[in-house]
Formats: sequence, structure tokens, C-alpha cells
Amino acid sequence: MGLSQEHEIHKRRFSRNLGVGIVLGGFVALVFALTIAKVTDGRPTQAFDHSVRIEQLPATE
Amino acid sequence: MSDSTSISYENEAQFGDYFALLKPRVMSLVVFTALVGLVVAPGGVNPVVGFASILFIAIGAGASGALNMWYDADIDAVMQRTANRPVPAGKVGAGEAYAIGITLSVMAVIMLALAANFFAAGLLAFTIFFYAVVYTMWLKRWTPQNIVIGGAAGAFPPMIGWAVVTGGISIESSLMFALILMWTPPHFWALALFMKEDYSKAGVPMLTVTHGRAVTRKHILAYTLILLPIAVGLGFTSVGGPFYLTVAVLMNLWFLKGAIEILRRPETAATADDYKVERTFFRFSIYYLFISFGALLVEATLKSYGLGGW
Repeated sequence: MGLSQEHEIHKRRFSRNLGVGIVLGGFVALVFALTIAKVTDGRPTQAFDHSVRIEQLPATE
Repeated sequence: MSDSTSISYENEAQFGDYFALLKPRVMSLVVFTALVGLVVAPGGVNPVVGFASILFIAIGAGASGALNMWYDADIDAVMQRTANRPVPAGKVGAGEAYAIGITLSVMAVIMLALAANFFAAGLLAFTIFFYAVVYTMWLKRWTPQNIVIGGAAGAFPPMIGWAVVTGGISIESSLMFALILMWTPPHFWALALFMKEDYSKAGVPMLTVTHGRAVTRKHILAYTLILLPIAVGLGFTSVGGPFYLTVAVLMNLWFLKGAIEILRRPETAATADDYKVERTFFRFSIYYLFISFGALLVEATLKSYGLGGW
């Protein structure tokens, strides 16, 4: 009888921990998906970084 | 008190026991009716927003179920039908059920406000309050009309689904609300007729206990008669159409037939065949709700192909 013996109760606790983990992971994924859905609103996104965006320049000609 | 304390782990909860706190079967009805309310509403929402909204409505409804199990643990322990619920079975503590109920309620309302709009979130908050406080704490132990008014809590989901898309209330969403509201009494009283020992043992003033079974039979018919014009009337609004109307007329006539059969049965005949007619009526009432809302869904789908609707 080693100390590491697996008791039935450990299985039950593992199922609980796993369940909570999956739920929390799912919640994070859902909030991320909601953010993407709300920010893009069906259109592709474009990052506002330091590169020049051609379509933002005043029209010349 | 001894030096060593033995703690029994036999009843320690599994994940499923916490899930059972949210009344999954009631939740499935909430998910379905809220989905129908959302789909039939004019306009539309981003599918992710729609999915998230339905999920938060379901979690809100589940949270109110957990609060109900916290408050009603004493009743649930006495009634055979509910004795296996996590709190009376000793798997989840009453305080834990309360904490889960409050936390999930707040989370669901806030998340629905962020995902959809504040109006829908307000309706969800009101629904949770109505079920947990108005029904569970005030009405259930006080009046035989408990389920008539308490049924409103179960009737809100399609209205919330509608509000997710439109941000408001309309004649269509009010009629969907009224349909479930008027459907609840016949549904539960049929159950009370054949679960007769349970409610009287628990001291819940069910109509069968306070006014007798003959009166309950009359009340079932009365509410079925009010339900009929509501369900059929919904067919003439913007969400209705020939398909829904046909289904509604057939289903309601069938429901009415069952209610009349229940009214005509003397108690002796009912005990003789172990409440066969009442059991059939109860089972049919569940199909009734799913098919009625299913027909609305079919009508909306047909409409998107230019076939359904008026």
C-alpha cells in the first residue's frame, strides 16, 4: 500500500476538476469569439500599426 | 468528539451533480423556446452572438433552478419525484447551491447585456427574480395558483430570444409568452393528478390538495380553452403562416379533446387504470409545446425560401 494509491474518490474529484477546466476554457473561447464577432461585424479586420495604408492616403491625380 | 474525525466521501459530488443543479431538462425547453424566439424575430444577429445569447439565457434559467433547489431542499426531500436532486441527496450542500445560483445569475445577466443588449439582459434578470423569489419563495407554499403565476418564469425565454434581436417587445413575442403561460397550468395539474401523494406530503398547496381533484379537472379544461385562441391567434401574426396555423389548430383540438376526457373521468375510473388518461395528457403536453414552437421554426425556415408566412 503505497501513498500514491488511487482511490475511487480521486477519480470523482478528477472528473470535477476536468469539468470545471473545460467549462472555463470554453468560456474564454466564447468571449474571444464574441469579441471577434463584435469587432469585425462581418468584415475583415485590419491592424492599425505603423505601416502605411494605401487606401488611407489622399487621392492623387 | 474523538481525536480522529471520519469524513464520509461516499456522497461527494461529481461534476454531473453540479450540472444537475441547473435542471438540465427545464434548460432544454428554455434553450429551444429562446432559440425559436430569436430565429423568428425580424432581422438577425451574428451567429456567434446568437449562440452566446442562448447559452447565457440557459445559464440564467439554470441558475434560477439552483436557487430553487437551495430554497426548496426541505420540500424536495419529502417528494419522491425530487428526492434524488443533488441537495436532498446530500451531494451538494444547500449553501453551495445558493452560491452557484447567485454567481451564475449575475454572470449570465452581465454576459447577456454585453453579448446582446441591456433590454434582453433586464428581461433575463427579471425572469430569474420571478422564478427564484416570486415563485419559489412567495407563491409555491402559499397559494394553489402558484404555478399559474409561476409559469410566467418559464414563459419569458422566447420573449428574451426575441429581445436579443429586436431589443424590444412585440405582439408576437407577447403571444409566445402567453402561449407558454397558459400551457403551464394544464401541464402541471395533469402531473399533480397522478403524483397525488407527493404534494400533499410536502405541504405544497397544489390545487389537487386544496380544492380537490374534481376542481382541478375543471381548471385544466378552462386553461386549455384560453390557450386555444392564443395558440391559433399567433398563427395570424407576422411569425405565423399556413403551416403553423394548421399545426396549431390540430394540436389544440387534440389538447382540448384530452382536457375534456380528463374532465369527464370520475376519480374511481382514474385510480382503476392508474391515471392512464392523465399520464397520456401530461406526456402529450410536452410534445405540444415542442411541436408548436417547432412549427414556428419551420415556418421561419420556409419563409427564408419564400414559401412560408402570409
